[in-house]
Amino acid sequence: MSVAPVEIERTESAEEVSAVVEPDVPWVTLVHNDPVNLMSYVTYVFQTYFGYSKDKAHKLMLDVHHKGRAVVSSGTREEMERDVQAMHGYGLWATLSQDRG
Amino acid sequence: MAGHFEAIAGGGAAVALDEVEISILRSLAVQLLELIGPGDEPDADADPLAALFAEGPSEPPSDPALRRLFPDAYGDDSEELRAAAADFRRYTENDLRARKREDALVVVRAMDALSAEALGEGGAVLKLTPDESRAWLGTLNDLRLTIATRLEITEDEESERLYRLPDSDPRKPMVMAYLWLGALQESLVETLMS
Repeated sequence: MSVAPVEIERTESAEEVSAVVEPDVPWVTLVHNDPVNLMSYVTYVFQTYFGYSKDKAHKLMLDVHHKGRAVVSSGTREEMERDVQAMHGYGLWATLSQDRG
Repeated sequence: MAGHFEAIAGGGAAVALDEVEISILRSLAVQLLELIGPGDEPDADADPLAALFAEGPSEPPSDPALRRLFPDAYGDDSEELRAAAADFRRYTENDLRARKREDALVVVRAMDALSAEALGEGGAVLKLTPDESRAWLGTLNDLRLTIATRLEITEDEESERLYRLPDSDPRKPMVMAYLWLGALQESLVETLMS
């Protein structure tokens, strides 16, 4: 039962640090819907490039199709620039942006 | 097998093409090469080290089809984002153009070889390795994006309207090519997913 206070202490010190250091807000890669790319092709790209399962790739593809866009990956700005570049290579319309919640 | 790719044993894909189809695919791939062009890259015979450090363009291409092939990486809601998009373009667009050209060249070379084979036979069977399949997939997609821009297909519903064009419509041949390329691409994706 003595564990909890220690954890609380840790949380407090972590908050102090983050108040000083620039918060590391993650970036995301967004793929936008377009009327040209085939649904099967978009699924193939998500599976091949990101290594997502067929089910996950298919669900993401449907999100793009129905919602107009979907977050397909997240990470550092450099990582997301790499992903966006790859998506452009495949002919998908992608952008990166900072995920401000 | 006519009209669509099938997976072949040991990986790769095959499709039977007649002489007209071979000639159309070659012509479209050559047009794509001309469209993508050398961009702002230095000459091939320029100093290779200088070429390595050469920067690409910072402005989006003015041609709408090229703008679709090489879109902005950031939204344009602020000056900061537009500057980030310009930076991104400067460091990536030349590479991307080079890769798309390489893919299109794979298609042109394959059609050159196949048209010799098809001579007097009326057609021939194109066989692709898995690597060639990926290059073909890229070029078929780039061609469809380009043709769709020319046909001004911007909404899902619009493409359906184009499918019902009367034969007299001047856009009909381009629509037929667009649909045919879509069927080819769809069957090629299937062989890669199987």
